[in-house]
Amino acid sequence: MNPRDLTDLAFRNLRESVLRNVLTTLGVAVGVASFVAIISIGVGLQQLASRRLSESGLFDTILVTPKTNFRGMDRPNPEPESGKPPRPLDEDARKEFEKLPNVVEVYPQIRFFTEVRFNNKPFATVVAGMPDSSKNSGAFDGMQGRFFSSTTADEAILQIEFAKELSEQPSSLLGQDLILRYAERQALPSSTTSTDTSRNSAEAPTGGFSIVPRELHLKIVGIVETEPAAGYGGYGNGRLLMPLGAASALRAAQVNDLRDIVRDSASNKTTYSSLSVRAKSPSQVQAIEDSIKKMGFRAFSLLDASKSLRIFFTVFDLLVGIFGSLALAVATLGIVNTLVMAILERRREIGVLKALGASDADVQQLFFVEAGVMGFLGGILGVGFGWVLSRAMTFGTNFYLYRQNLNPIELTAVPWWLALAALVIAVLVSLAAGLYPASRAAKLNPVDALRYE
Amino acid sequence: MPTADPAIQLDRVSRHYSMGETSVRAVDDVSLSILPNEFLSLLGSSGSGKSTLLNLIAGLDRPTSGSIVALGQDIASLSPLELARYRCNTIGMIFQSFNLLPRMTLEENVELPLRLAEVDRAERPARVREALERVRLTHRLGHRPAQLSGGEQQRVAIARALVNRPKILLADEPTGNLDSSTGEAILTLLRELQSKLGMTIVMVTHERPLAEKFADRLVTLGDGKLLATASAKGLP
Repeated sequence: MNPRDLTDLAFRNLRESVLRNVLTTLGVAVGVASFVAIISIGVGLQQLASRRLSESGLFDTILVTPKTNFRGMDRPNPEPESGKPPRPLDEDARKEFEKLPNVVEVYPQIRFFTEVRFNNKPFATVVAGMPDSSKNSGAFDGMQGRFFSSTTADEAILQIEFAKELSEQPSSLLGQDLILRYAERQALPSSTTSTDTSRNSAEAPTGGFSIVPRELHLKIVGIVETEPAAGYGGYGNGRLLMPLGAASALRAAQVNDLRDIVRDSASNKTTYSSLSVRAKSPSQVQAIEDSIKKMGFRAFSLLDASKSLRIFFTVFDLLVGIFGSLALAVATLGIVNTLVMAILERRREIGVLKALGASDADVQQLFFVEAGVMGFLGGILGVGFGWVLSRAMTFGTNFYLYRQNLNPIELTAVPWWLALAALVIAVLVSLAAGLYPASRAAKLNPVDALRYE
Repeated sequence: MPTADPAIQLDRVSRHYSMGETSVRAVDDVSLSILPNEFLSLLGSSGSGKSTLLNLIAGLDRPTSGSIVALGQDIASLSPLELARYRCNTIGMIFQSFNLLPRMTLEENVELPLRLAEVDRAERPARVREALERVRLTHRLGHRPAQLSGGEQQRVAIARALVNRPKILLADEPTGNLDSSTGEAILTLLRELQSKLGMTIVMVTHERPLAEKFADRLVTLGDGKLLATASAKGLP
């Protein structure tokens, strides 16, 4: 029989026991729906995590430090000493990084521990400079207030925990001023330096700086619940965030300054304790990281952590897939049952078909197509139901988050490949379920089948 | 007797079944020649082996021993697929209980063998109409079998058996479920179609008078054995 006639007859047969076949098809649909819904949670969570991590800049950012920067006095140096002094992380290096292919921006890590006065009370905290690009990172989504008006504005965004220290009602802080007290680094004139250092050696390095206490009034413009400055390159989480331009202009003394002056890297040129280099996408991080290392700097990214995350989600998807498949397995038994019942009911019909010239293969294919049609229709319905179920789960979760004053999330996702895979799996599983009934029907003895009442 | 090659040649055909430890000889060493365009009637009491013999000729069952050659084809040597083709293209079958598919219309029932023979879809409606015209049922194309009388259902079954233009028509008790006048009408129709289309008919029946009236030759079976062969009284 040709495929069109087979399909015609299969549809006709399915219409004949409409209730039973509809129920079986619904069984497949429910199995596929639960499969799609469960997998959609895995996919949704994975997308959520990837998006958040990508927006946080952790996976497209490389932290660059001078080779000596993190070396303690008694820690061995794992890299062979070349005899040459380590290259300073200065403005020249920054420009070189900016010229590297696929680099979006290079900005210094400005972070310093200092004191803030609010309502005449002192509070210790870590100040962090935030680049303008962090506005779109997602870390500031759902913040109270607004982002900085410009990159040099004397404005502050407070991390919620710090804001709670300042006031029991953090939202009341918006629009108020606080005083930032910090230590400004002022370069000494070279003549003074020369005199001061002459005591040590004739070839003693020149340069140095004074520490001058300063105060700056900052307007609190926002309060953020996430930790946008929790990056791996800092010295503690930034809890008072400033525009990067304004933070740089402070010339606040940072942790490495004292060590740098001893090591003669505190020349007149601006040097950085660390620079953040942002790549266009995480896939380009490795190449940039390698180039920077070749230039004589230490570079570090979280790509390896990202790989572990992908492995975790693959295993997670596999596990949820197995649980999702259980419902599909039950639906498979439903198909087997329906088709075996159909063979009993249509025993005589199978005999007539064989007497009229149907081959074993014709009969087998007929049952096979019926199973496939139930799988296909069940698959389409199931993908639809699964999508509705996944939306309902997202809606329910967001309703709960809304009640908890939290931001909504996309808990689930049904990408096209999941819908297609579910449909293909439904058809394949149904065909597998049809294997036994179809071969049983094909093997029926026509003489016995014709005698069957 | 004419000397033409037989349409069906049975040579020492046996069909034995095992029932527990005993062996039942449903057909036992039967040899028979059936000529082209002959109307042969297989007679015998219930369990005499006549339906088993018909199923063997139809290729629905295989002989335990012996050979069956139909239109030059040795049925015993055919593969299952070749047997299916043989049933589809060479044989037409009608049954006592008509065996129409109840949820299909007459048109769809008659079209079924054309689907199995993979006849071109465009050609099918004309073939179906032609077959139903022969049995004078074109006005009931869209009806379902349950809406017809027994005689009409058997006429549809005949149309279905003839739609692939077979050379051999096998009829298993075709009048068994019909009253005597309808039964006679059906056999009249079969005879008419035979003379018009030219085919060999083998009919199983236990109604001797009808067989004598319409068949060319009567073959009587008893306990699976061929007991007697005789020309029918109605032989023209």
